[in-house]
Amino acid sequence: MLTRFLSVAVLSLAAGVAFATPQIQHWQAPSGARVYFVEDHGLPMLDVAVDFAAGSGFDVAGKVGVASLTYGMLDLGAQDLSEDDIARKLADIGAQLGGQFDSDRAGLRLRTLSNATEREAALDILARCLQQPLFPEPVLAREKARLIAALKEAETQPESIAEKAFGRAVFGVHPYGWHTEVTDVEKIQRAELEDFYRAHYGAKQAVVALMGDVTRAQAEAIAQRLTAGLPAGGADARIAPVMIRIQPSEQRIEHPASQSHILMGTPGIARNDEDYFPLYVGNYILGGGGFVSRLMNEVREKRGMAYSVYSYFMPMQQPGAFQIGLQTKKEQADESLQLVRQTLRTFVDRGVTAKELRAAKQNIVGGFPLRIDSNKKILEYLSVIGFYDLPLTYLDDFTGKVEKVTARQIHDAFKRRIDPDALATVIVGAPEVGQAK
Amino acid sequence: MRVHLIVVALLLQVSSAVQAEVYERTLGNGLKVIVKEDHRAPVLVQQIWYRAGSMDENTGTTGVAHVLEHMMFKGTADIPAGEFSKRIAAAGGRENAFTSYDYTAYFQQLHKSRLPLAMRLESDRMRNLLLKEKEFDKEVKVVMEERRWRTDDEPHSLMFEKLMATAYQEHPYQHPVIGWMNDLQNMSAADAQAWYQTWYSPNNATLVIAGDVKAQEVFALAQRYYGGIPAVRQPQRKAVGEAAQLGIKRITVKAPAELPYLIMAWHAPTLRDAEKDWKPYALEVLTGVLDGNSSARLNKALVREQQVAMDVGAGYDSVARGPGLFVLEATPREGRTVSDVEQALREQLAALVRDGVSAEELQRVKAQVMAGEVYKLDSVFYQAMQIGQLESVGLTHKAIPVMLQKLQEVTAQQVQDVAREIFNDDRLTVAVLDPQPLSDKPKANPGAAHAH
Repeated sequence: MLTRFLSVAVLSLAAGVAFATPQIQHWQAPSGARVYFVEDHGLPMLDVAVDFAAGSGFDVAGKVGVASLTYGMLDLGAQDLSEDDIARKLADIGAQLGGQFDSDRAGLRLRTLSNATEREAALDILARCLQQPLFPEPVLAREKARLIAALKEAETQPESIAEKAFGRAVFGVHPYGWHTEVTDVEKIQRAELEDFYRAHYGAKQAVVALMGDVTRAQAEAIAQRLTAGLPAGGADARIAPVMIRIQPSEQRIEHPASQSHILMGTPGIARNDEDYFPLYVGNYILGGGGFVSRLMNEVREKRGMAYSVYSYFMPMQQPGAFQIGLQTKKEQADESLQLVRQTLRTFVDRGVTAKELRAAKQNIVGGFPLRIDSNKKILEYLSVIGFYDLPLTYLDDFTGKVEKVTARQIHDAFKRRIDPDALATVIVGAPEVGQAK
Repeated sequence: MRVHLIVVALLLQVSSAVQAEVYERTLGNGLKVIVKEDHRAPVLVQQIWYRAGSMDENTGTTGVAHVLEHMMFKGTADIPAGEFSKRIAAAGGRENAFTSYDYTAYFQQLHKSRLPLAMRLESDRMRNLLLKEKEFDKEVKVVMEERRWRTDDEPHSLMFEKLMATAYQEHPYQHPVIGWMNDLQNMSAADAQAWYQTWYSPNNATLVIAGDVKAQEVFALAQRYYGGIPAVRQPQRKAVGEAAQLGIKRITVKAPAELPYLIMAWHAPTLRDAEKDWKPYALEVLTGVLDGNSSARLNKALVREQQVAMDVGAGYDSVARGPGLFVLEATPREGRTVSDVEQALREQLAALVRDGVSAEELQRVKAQVMAGEVYKLDSVFYQAMQIGQLESVGLTHKAIPVMLQKLQEVTAQQVQDVAREIFNDDRLTVAVLDPQPLSDKPKANPGAAHAH
């Protein structure tokens, strides 16, 4: 199916004073894991997430890709369970096992019926995947080969090529900008996965989120059962600081595609940054608010030059990227690029109008109930609140903080954070020099 | 077996609580309004489904259903271009639209108090759209960019487009939803206008509202906002079909990529009569047996054991207006060829036809279906979507419990029988991606180096 507009899914937190928020219960399990729970018996199901500070940002030089493979192998063999047993036994009870992996986090997600038989069977499998993964050698060899093939494929596709070059240009030698190479994967050994697992999957740094049809007492028992047998852990959960100021750069990479893929940006903000709210609201106006954003209006609505154009901040433990992206046919790539640069420059120089600010607040505040209208969405909020140590009142406070943002704060925050003259730009499928416009 | 019974019991509990709250009413102008009450969160979704998709298009104007979908945001006499989105955004809403082979649908997700706004805007553009040349000329360029991005520069999508154009020789499913580039280049505002006038009317639509609403209030609002729109006489829909294929078809698609890719697609029936049909249900179960989880037959055999493929998948959709396809797709492992993968897939299908499926496999698929029925209740949007889809393809929302029941009744024998019938080379189209280097530099022969 075709949709009219590509929405860029970036988790952003918001809440409303006027709207009921879920009652979050929080405690520390005897194992040391931090637990976040919302009890809700509306549907006979349970969602569980267990996260660790074990994302790709914790890879070390010379062993890039270990974090990702460790995560990827968690459900491919555990104590007394082959990978087929795991998949089959989960399917037998209709349970679904998934995961979350990014630069900061690695973790598993389980959705199961809450009926005792199914729930216990599903949790048993999750508990073993988390606490007794085996990283079987033959499975690792196979997964390495699959990963290598996928990396080689990615190296031919414009979107992947652009992301890789962009990461390097924005983050330099910082792990947020690392990209796994075929040669990295080839040398990964099973022992490295085990070491990484033992160091990064400790209970004290685990965050357990539970949402759904269990009681507090059951939730307490589940959280303990999922974390009591975790390894000692002990690795530093902090990621090295990101260099905020970068030198401007522009890379033009040839590709036979009909469109140019353009990315531009710079290091943005961390999750706990005090400019978070002004930048979040401001970015809604710049390029985060779909059809009502300035970028969309200039590039698509006024000129029909692209299907998708967007901007976002990716708030991470350390400042993640501020990124603008679009795709447009080669012949008009340079013209679009100028237009985007001019739109950003005007935005940073002059800030937002009172009318734009009002509309942004109306959408973010008024749309709050949609952000917490399902168990799945609430589970993700619990995970993020837990992982980034945000206040338990985060959801309750959010709309108030959005309401308080002023046009001056937005202007000021963008001026300090985003220098339109110091951005990294990547154009894959760039028009050849001298090509007719 | 026990697991199954528990799941069924659970489902019945859930069903009695939730399924009961579907209400429908048809307005005097023919607009069918369906309400699914779900009071878990103070939100709602409005979806309007028009029974007009790309399969209703004609040669030369392929893609017009989707272009019109884009134009529906370009303003009416009351609501200028762009204003629809602004007002929904200002109400805290999210909105979008989608076009498929079979239908076109528009939706807004909002706080439960904003239904009147959503209805006012949606009913206004059902009849009052202004299709201005200037807006059309810009928007059709956006759609061409969308086509480049989605299809032309995406080798797997491109291949699927060519596969459809080969598998179907008569049925309009041979044309891509987004339209051929040539047709987009030659399309005019008048084409979009003609499309709009033909298909956008209350008697060709289904309105689905789901969420924290009361059915009677929704019906009253629907009457108020949509009730005054006159019905439009619908053109006679010509029956379109696809004559039996007379032998295997094979195509190759060249595109910049590293890895080859294989799609095998067999003509297969889709659901016409939810009560009486059995093959579509057997095919759904067959899909689960082959690819319902990562230890299901295809992944286990081709990716895990034989390691001939890097990825493999099976797909089949029983809900469609037109004739269906049962599709297998796979990416060969480095050093293996598409022929190796095709051979391995054929061995799996032959074993299935010869030996059938086990009771465990059957049970596993059914347990997943039943649990999925519970999980679906976590999404108001998806519940509305399922209703709208069924209504738009000529089944009704009343088919939902029937389909669930019928899936549970599928036997191993039926799965084997339908496999025997479908997996016949005379129904088969095979498409192969022949990866091309990015530059003119010669590419190393991928088959030579890494033998297994």
